[in-house]
Amino acid sequence: MPAAVVFDRVAKTYPSRSGARADVHALDGVSLAIEEGEFFGLLGPNGAGKTTLISVLAGLTRASTGRVTVMGHDVVADYAAARRAIGVVPQELVFDPFFSVGECLRIQSGYFGIRDNGGWIAELLAGLGLADKADVNMRALSGGMKRRVLVAQALVHKPPVIVLDEPTAGVDVELRQTLWGFIAKLNKQGHTVLLTTHYLEEAEALCGRIAMLKQGRVVALDRTANLLAGTASTMLRFKTDQALPAGVAAHARVTGRMAQVRAHDAVEVETMLGQLRHAGVSVEDLEIGRADLEDVFLEIMQRETAP
Amino acid sequence: MNLVGARTLFNKEILRFWKVSVQTVAAPVLTAVLYLVIFGHVLEDRVQVFPGVGYTSFLVPGLVMMSVLQNAYANSSSSLIQSKITGNLVFLLVTPLSHWAWFAAYVGASVVRGLAVGLGVFAVTAWFAPPHFAEPWWIAVFAVLGAAMLGTLGLIAGLWAEKFDQTAAFQNFIIMPMTFLSGVFYSVHSLPKFWLALSHANPFFYMIDGFRRGFFGASDASPWLSLAVVAVSFAVVAAIALRLLATGYKIRN
Repeated sequence: MPAAVVFDRVAKTYPSRSGARADVHALDGVSLAIEEGEFFGLLGPNGAGKTTLISVLAGLTRASTGRVTVMGHDVVADYAAARRAIGVVPQELVFDPFFSVGECLRIQSGYFGIRDNGGWIAELLAGLGLADKADVNMRALSGGMKRRVLVAQALVHKPPVIVLDEPTAGVDVELRQTLWGFIAKLNKQGHTVLLTTHYLEEAEALCGRIAMLKQGRVVALDRTANLLAGTASTMLRFKTDQALPAGVAAHARVTGRMAQVRAHDAVEVETMLGQLRHAGVSVEDLEIGRADLEDVFLEIMQRETAP
Repeated sequence: MNLVGARTLFNKEILRFWKVSVQTVAAPVLTAVLYLVIFGHVLEDRVQVFPGVGYTSFLVPGLVMMSVLQNAYANSSSSLIQSKITGNLVFLLVTPLSHWAWFAAYVGASVVRGLAVGLGVFAVTAWFAPPHFAEPWWIAVFAVLGAAMLGTLGLIAGLWAEKFDQTAAFQNFIIMPMTFLSGVFYSVHSLPKFWLALSHANPFFYMIDGFRRGFFGASDASPWLSLAVVAVSFAVVAAIALRLLATGYKIRN
């Protein structure tokens, strides 16, 4: 299958503004290809370079070295064709306060050279739950509604490649359901989707393939199923109000009352439970399950940190 | 060239200022009328610049052109800096519009706003001093060319600025002094030698002098010289603006 997006040894360096600091290498030789029709996840901690990579793809930032193509079009040399092939939902909740929702979508269509786009705009408004907001000024919308308009603006020219930069950050469950239902439908119709998110359960559920970035480098790139299978397969999860014994605490990830401990096999699970019993730690809601993408993500990030 | 795209941006820029026309059109008209009433009242019987032309009549074209220039500048500079600061410039940056399209749309819309305010000022001030049109073609040429030049300067300022007060500083420390020292309120020939020489180095002087020529058939400088100076000045600032847009100066990292 041909590649929809290709990053070829892409680097982006921001020169230091003061001599005391070193240059910042936001991207350090990123190479990866996203095939047509894929639902691809780009994950990484804050500052890993995800948004910079997307900015290079969208033409908002110029790479220091390397090359990026969208549907075969170079994003610099053939920028017009590349930008027609891509729709970007930006991370920040930005809007033009002078215009209504309908005006914004008609204007955005016009920028792409589309004159009569009423049918598709109506479909977008209906699909994203904005049908009754067409004549409402952008300033009067809630944050969630503004986010929906951002998605509609990115899709207004029916791009074959859709880029979603943390589209569900800080939005409610209803919008997530609406958004993912709509995007999944477009993906089934053949649109390529590139998603960055900090909600790893979303990435696990939606993305067929995932790349993980850290400090501007690709540290993992595989099918989601392979990433899940390639790590410790068992997680012991429970709630407790007490301090964990040192042997368990060393391997545990604690979030509030919830503790999660990685175990490689049943013997290791039994050993940890024994340590908890011996320390007199009372636990609630104990369950043993497979590792999820968050566990894989943390393992890979920790592994890449280790010397 | 993506003509539909360029026209969309042009229309959007016009719609943007028209939606707040009380602030962008009516307010500058009122300001110009106040200038006319106050300066006209105080100086009408004391100053005569061209033979047979009263001071109020002399002042009207200067005020009209000053309004055209300042509002053309304000349109492109304020639109760009607002879009940069609020972040909605991203909607434009991700489109296939070329730097030529950006330039044509922003400058074109600035010309429209400048002319709209100029016509407003003219319509209201005509009541105070009935206008004469000795050589009307110069009125059209200098109004459009002057507005295009200031719209382009506004585009450059909007690209360069990172804060609202930087575009305001550009307006207050460059545009405003050059406008006021260009003969809006007086003939530069009434100035001392040094200031007269300085005025002749100011392209704004040629815009206003050439524009006024269209009304009275008389001017401080030859209209052809004024046209040459203004055209060359516009070509220079247009080349700079196009270069900045093509390289994504301060809008693409």
